[in-house]
Amino acid sequence: MSEARTAASTQPARREGSLRIIRRGLALSPAITQGWRRTVLLALLGTAGSSLVPIVVQRSVDSGLGDTQGGVESGRIVLVVTLAAVLLLISGVASWAAKVRIFTGTERGLTQLRVRAFRHVHDLSMLTQNTQRRGSLVSRVTSDIDQISLFLQSTGMILVLSIGQMLVAVVVMAVLSWELTLVVLAVFVPLVLSLKFFAERMSVAYDRVRQTVADLLTTIAEPVVGASVVRSYAIEARTQQRIDDAIQTNYRSNVKAQTIVSITFASAILIGGLANAAALGVGVWLGVVGGLSMGTVIAFIFLITLFVGPAQMATQVITEAQNAVASWRRVIELLETPADVVDPGPAGTSLPTGDLGARFAHVRFAYPDGPTVLDDVDVTIAPRQRIAIVGETGSGKTTFAKLLTRLMDPAQGTVSLGRDDEWADIAQVSFADLRRHVVMVPQEGFLFDSTLAENLRYGRRSATDDELVAAIGDLGLSDWFEALPRGLQTRVGQRGESLSAGERQLVALVRSALADPAFLVLDEATSAVDPQTELRATRALEVLLDGRTSVTIAHRLSTAENADRVLVFDAGRLVEDGSHADLVGAGGVYQRLHASWVAQASLGLDAPAGTLTS
Amino acid sequence: MTALDNLGGTDTTDLTRRGLRVLGVGIGRQKALFSLSIAFSVLFGATTVADAWVLGWATDHVIRPSFADGDVATGALVAGALLFVSVALLRMIGVVGRRLVGGIVYYRLVAGDRRRVTRKYLQLPMSWHQSHPTGQLLSNANADVEAIWMVFMPLPMAIGVIAMLVVAVVTMLVADPVLTLVGLVVFPLLFVLNVVYQRRQGPRMAQAQSLRGDVSAVAHESFDGALVVKSLGREDEETARFAGVSEQLRDANVAVGRVRAVFEPILEALPSIGVLLVVLLGIGRIESGATEPGDVVQIAYLFTIVAMPVRAIGWVLAELPRTVVGWDRVRGVLDDPTRFPYGPADLPGSGPVGLRTEKLGFAYEPGEPVLADLDLEVQPGSVTAVVGSTGSGKSTLASLVTRLVDADEGRVLLDDRPVTEVEHGALAAAVALVPQATFLFDDTVRSNITLDADLDDDTVWEVLRTVQADRFVAALPHGLDTQLGERGTSLSGGQRQRLSLARALVRSPRLLVLDDATSALDPDVEQRILRALAERSQSGGPTVLVVAYRKATIALADQVVHLAHGRIADRGTHAELRERSAAYRDLVDAYDQARQEVDHE
Repeated sequence: MSEARTAASTQPARREGSLRIIRRGLALSPAITQGWRRTVLLALLGTAGSSLVPIVVQRSVDSGLGDTQGGVESGRIVLVVTLAAVLLLISGVASWAAKVRIFTGTERGLTQLRVRAFRHVHDLSMLTQNTQRRGSLVSRVTSDIDQISLFLQSTGMILVLSIGQMLVAVVVMAVLSWELTLVVLAVFVPLVLSLKFFAERMSVAYDRVRQTVADLLTTIAEPVVGASVVRSYAIEARTQQRIDDAIQTNYRSNVKAQTIVSITFASAILIGGLANAAALGVGVWLGVVGGLSMGTVIAFIFLITLFVGPAQMATQVITEAQNAVASWRRVIELLETPADVVDPGPAGTSLPTGDLGARFAHVRFAYPDGPTVLDDVDVTIAPRQRIAIVGETGSGKTTFAKLLTRLMDPAQGTVSLGRDDEWADIAQVSFADLRRHVVMVPQEGFLFDSTLAENLRYGRRSATDDELVAAIGDLGLSDWFEALPRGLQTRVGQRGESLSAGERQLVALVRSALADPAFLVLDEATSAVDPQTELRATRALEVLLDGRTSVTIAHRLSTAENADRVLVFDAGRLVEDGSHADLVGAGGVYQRLHASWVAQASLGLDAPAGTLTS
Repeated sequence: MTALDNLGGTDTTDLTRRGLRVLGVGIGRQKALFSLSIAFSVLFGATTVADAWVLGWATDHVIRPSFADGDVATGALVAGALLFVSVALLRMIGVVGRRLVGGIVYYRLVAGDRRRVTRKYLQLPMSWHQSHPTGQLLSNANADVEAIWMVFMPLPMAIGVIAMLVVAVVTMLVADPVLTLVGLVVFPLLFVLNVVYQRRQGPRMAQAQSLRGDVSAVAHESFDGALVVKSLGREDEETARFAGVSEQLRDANVAVGRVRAVFEPILEALPSIGVLLVVLLGIGRIESGATEPGDVVQIAYLFTIVAMPVRAIGWVLAELPRTVVGWDRVRGVLDDPTRFPYGPADLPGSGPVGLRTEKLGFAYEPGEPVLADLDLEVQPGSVTAVVGSTGSGKSTLASLVTRLVDADEGRVLLDDRPVTEVEHGALAAAVALVPQATFLFDDTVRSNITLDADLDDDTVWEVLRTVQADRFVAALPHGLDTQLGERGTSLSGGQRQRLSLARALVRSPRLLVLDDATSALDPDVEQRILRALAERSQSGGPTVLVVAYRKATIALADQVVHLAHGRIADRGTHAELRERSAAYRDLVDAYDQARQEVDHE
């Protein structure tokens, strides 16, 4: 919401930019402008139909319909009417063809843009790093594109058609009488000049409405999402008051916006009345002193109606155009954000098959304009080694894991994968090859709203049902799987929420096993799950890690104790490196961390750390 | 949306009838303002026809005499000009009034139903909330309420248009009965075409709307699961999945567009055809002297200005299905008979309260009891841990003893008084529940803790120290005044849980129930908090009931209750249970056991 506000309020200062945005936007969706010459021609032909009626009126009146004394040239009138009917038919068909072309073209073009923006979002590392921005990224590929589509097909089309209609009308008017044309246009000038003022007021009012809607939605969610809190603290009255206030604020801002809209919409009617009066007065005078015909004067009154409609809509069109341009700008800015981690594609080097190790050479990492998060890391991990990474929050251990899976690139130094003498800088390895060899298992087992089978196939697309069941069995999860009433067809629900947190982790493990990577990077879950599932997960993990190189961000004592090697991070540096046995008595960071772990795990137990450090 | 999908046309008459009934309800609620908007709209309709009449009058009294005499008929000209301007002014007033007052009626109806629905949400019991999806309830109070009353936006205009048509036909009859026939053909035809158009468009629009929801769902999910997508290299497949729904949406939008492309040109051309017919018939009428040229011009002009407003009737008909669907959904909430009465009694005394349950039984699904025959006794000022595997009924027990939900069988007693007899405020003052999922209000840190109760900052800071939250709150940009929530600072899961704990503690509850409320905390932070809590309990603080997984938490309890399949399997101290129960040992030691087994392999 606030973004939309900023975009709209900076609009006047960036008016020049709007044209650039539209040009750039059209260039990004070539289907919109494909064959535009024909579309414009058809549209002009279509709008020309509206000027036929005034012409017929003018011809008929001047052919005697307006003069009861002179006799009616009925043959001429019939001819004019017949001709007009044929032209009306042609212009109707042209209008139909133009509209079909506009709808099809814009939808095709915007779908291209939508899909392109979606793909680009997946290439941006902010997606995996800054969860706060996810919502706004979603609106880039949904509501923003919908807004552009709505504009192009409704208001935008009305705008173009109205301009066409008015152009045709002005030409017809000028041919009939240029003097009277000037008079009519002069009456509409003040309206045109006031458009900007009204449009700005309107866009401020609409922004306010949008803001109050956002507040309203948040407040209305309180008794629903926070139902148990409201109930258990008996704050119903307070909650209702907050809601009533939000409703009232929203109501007031809506009425205010509605007032501005109503007045601007209706003011065009008054201008139309003034134009009629002026056309009548000046027309009659011109008729008497000059050669203006009676039919022309009456035709002008008909022609003026062609200006009133567009004038009524004008402010609305401007406001919506501003919103659409703001949406378009946001989508374009997204597409212009360079992907910070670039896929070298098929041209990149490939990793050796079989076991893999990893090597960090003088690696430093810092967020753009941010402090250094990881500095001077120099370490080699041998194939099939089982590594535990420990350190406090903010020590750089997660950054280490992200660099290893190339979710981010180091600011300095290189990260390589390989063994013996075959090493490849992972920045040079194609994503497809890299993901085949290195898989990260995130802390939360995120599942897609589909079946269990579909979720497992995220690990290996081609896997048959039998292979899926086999993989489940290999990890020792058959008993769990067999208890699922619908087996592989079990629906996991949104974000997998039909399963428990622990079960989601199990699915994530099977998924990783199916991907069958040589190198696994795991972020151990911190939140507690029920002990039986925990037990299953631990056993499954053992099988999964067997025979692979693994790096685990450890939150548990036993993970570090059972690793071949422990890497200890502190304040962005690798400070200790060795086995649990080496480090536990070394008097360093690890000893301290370990002591606090033991203290918490054994607190109050009659059988303390002994059972853990068997 | 699903309900809209099958509105194709099976029972449109019934739908229209029910829609009109809802209109009646809305009109009844806003009688005065609605009547005013209709008055404005009728003014608009009448002046629209008057506009054409002025042109006809001017043709006969200004234009023709002036051209015939070669001299400007000044008096009549001034009159004609004034008529044009004053009719336009009245018409403008009509339009402003119609749109503004009509809008106010709509916004009032929406605001009124939002108040009704949210009040109902605050009354309906937790069990009701638990059985209705959040998304549905939010949409009931927002989109559905708007869907019901949206029809009031075009309604005044549609009624004004009907008035306009009546006036138009009358003035046409006065002008020329034969030419009126054209109007009697064209106007109903316009009306019928509009109805057909909206009927065709309705299901297509509903389809596009529902696909828009699908596109959004895929985008949300795919971005939420970005880490999985990236780490398994599934970007291309995800893009293909998104392209799939996007293309369906594209095709649905194009289908909507194709219908528009057919109907709009026809609806635009129809009045023009009317004008042509009027001119053709007009020749004969003028030749025979039956009518004046001004009348022909007037009727022709009428067609050009009446065409657009007639569409309003189509808009109203197009909205009716949504009106009915929205109404049904909102009534579903408002008419729900479920009640959750609180008693009149107070909870006398101060200090920790004793908790007892007698033969407690509860089932979400009939025949599948979650808790059965549960007798529990918690001494005032003691700490009791509830332990059990997933589905053993721990969270349900927490909801029952805090009376978020009522038991099917048996009862819960606080200091020997059944909770159902206790007054709502008294219960809330005595009992505090900290749930697993934290809910924070879109408000300041202070308000989130005090919930606007009269508590000074020192008290708040003291509690924040107890829950180890004082340091991070002090580090927030505006301390206690920092705005949290969607448009404020966002906190980590552990920080949120600590504020949720502070909210409970600051009211000095006499019974504190923690439902796995520390799961997102670092273990050592959790330990410090729990120890502080245990100390509080010993020095006159609350009685504590804690649902726990972590061994360290369990170890702090005076009494451990082991739940299995909704019943108490055993109770005693941690050491006692460990000693005598293998099932209990399995439960609390499962993780370590797994490690040992692996090590022995």
